[in-house]
Amino acid sequence: MTELLARLARSPQGALGLALVAVVAAIVVAGPMLAPYGPDTMSVLTRYQSPGVGHWLGTDQYGRDILSRLLYGARATVLMALLATALGTLAGACLGTTSAFLGGRADEAIMRTVDAVMSIPSLLFALLIVNLLGKSSLNALVAIGIAFAPGMARITRSVALAVRKQDYVSAAIARGESSAYVVFREMLPNVVAPVVVEMTIRVAFAVMLFATLSFLGLGAQPPASEWGLMVAEARRYMHLSPWMILWPSLAVALVAIAFNLLGDGLRDALNPRT
Amino acid sequence: MSLAYLLKRCGLILYTLAVVSLIVFAITQVLPADAAVMLLGENATPEALVAVRARLGLDAPVWVQYGHWLSGVVVGDFGVSLRTGLPVAPTMLEALGRSLVLAGLSIALMLVVAVPLGIIAAVRRGRLADVAVSAVSYIGVSVPEFVTATIVVLLLADWAQLLPATGYVPLTEDLGRGLAHLVLPVITVSVILVAHVSRMVRSELVDVLHTDYIRAARLKGLSDRTVLFKHGLRNALLPTITIVALDVGYLLGGVIVVEEIFALPGIGRQLIVAIQSRDLPSIQAGALIMAATYSLASFLADMAYAWLDKRIQYD
Repeated sequence: MTELLARLARSPQGALGLALVAVVAAIVVAGPMLAPYGPDTMSVLTRYQSPGVGHWLGTDQYGRDILSRLLYGARATVLMALLATALGTLAGACLGTTSAFLGGRADEAIMRTVDAVMSIPSLLFALLIVNLLGKSSLNALVAIGIAFAPGMARITRSVALAVRKQDYVSAAIARGESSAYVVFREMLPNVVAPVVVEMTIRVAFAVMLFATLSFLGLGAQPPASEWGLMVAEARRYMHLSPWMILWPSLAVALVAIAFNLLGDGLRDALNPRT
Repeated sequence: MSLAYLLKRCGLILYTLAVVSLIVFAITQVLPADAAVMLLGENATPEALVAVRARLGLDAPVWVQYGHWLSGVVVGDFGVSLRTGLPVAPTMLEALGRSLVLAGLSIALMLVVAVPLGIIAAVRRGRLADVAVSAVSYIGVSVPEFVTATIVVLLLADWAQLLPATGYVPLTEDLGRGLAHLVLPVITVSVILVAHVSRMVRSELVDVLHTDYIRAARLKGLSDRTVLFKHGLRNALLPTITIVALDVGYLLGGVIVVEEIFALPGIGRQLIVAIQSRDLPSIQAGALIMAATYSLASFLADMAYAWLDKRIQYD
């Protein structure tokens, strides 16, 4: 693990990704403590302010401080996307490992069905599930988790199958180790790493998807300071105050860039080709 | 490509569509505890609830409902919209046509931009041009459509006043104005695709340029241009076809968002309107048509791949 991190830090994009994700994590944890104002503190006197002293990123139509809303909103956006990815990974990993373990016809049937489910675009799938469960942040999280599960199942299965063919697994079986030992001590540690890499890249997509659902009015609901919702609300004031729409847009993009860089860096560090 | 493979592949498409239809039906009509209450809201009168249940056949057992719905779908009858009272299928197909124009133009723009970018990055690997293309494509894949749309509207419609921000004019009615209304949506949809595909072209081409047959072609004294375009690019672009087909899924998601933002009356917007107004038959039709489009695209990509690369023997 330490070796992996060292290799990650040696590549410029990996190091940058790691640093950016660390900053994002710090904001998710400490954002509300750093915010100069409350996320819902309104003030008639300070509406539509441009960035300046007192309000570094300006204020919105209710005079709320945009920086504070962004800092609070990190939890409403990034944390939810992380949890959604974790949910999808967990569900997908269980299904994928089961499928690889069963093998034969069952494996074939499960994977064909997974393929079929994957022909529903993620956003569409998430929309349908939100439509079923109702619009809310939590339901958007569940919807993204379910939409991600088939893809993660496919990846976990292919990794598990590849690992099972490795010599060290055959060796462990030949040594007469128990199935549990082979699965947990030999296979699982080698399955986890590629799945975590895939998960990191998915987080970027989850952040974008979660913000998109909220933007469409199907995720977080007002007065939440979820970033996609902030963009949707700011659209009406685009001509009056472009800052309002710019900052939350940038926030979504930056977080997605951070996780994309980290994910790609991790993937390169894991498979050193050169 | 053997006939047996073709048949198997068609069978898989049918299986996919069957699974998707089951999922769509289950999510929209079976899983809600009472679809009629979900459609009409908690305060609906008992008479209205009875009427909707009768109209959708919600009183029948689940499998009878599914069979009834599916038998309609197979012959292109998706029922009647609860919102407009009109048949769903013609509305959806008309909307699909507009979305396909948007999608087709976006794919065309993507190919025109992404392939040259990928080539430049691969040929000038490690130099400034490569780093620049990589950086731009990183940003490209990380910016969701609603953010891109916001930026292009602010820049090109609002600030420069070059193009209309929203709305739709049929191409058959006024080609010039119709295209002008499509520029911003097409740019928005293409950004992620360009970013993704240019990275793929770059990495495939970098791999190909390191193979023995490229070295052999160079040693034979062929010009860089011939080696790149006749030997390198052909082999690098093949895997890209598969990527483009997989990206159709992204594309359809992007189309939903972009149509909503730019008020473009395609199938994505129909779907959002259907979801917001809880128009069950329209939701089912929209979802099924989009999933079918995606399966068809990946099927066509597989066929194209096999046709272009004779080494591939499907069986």
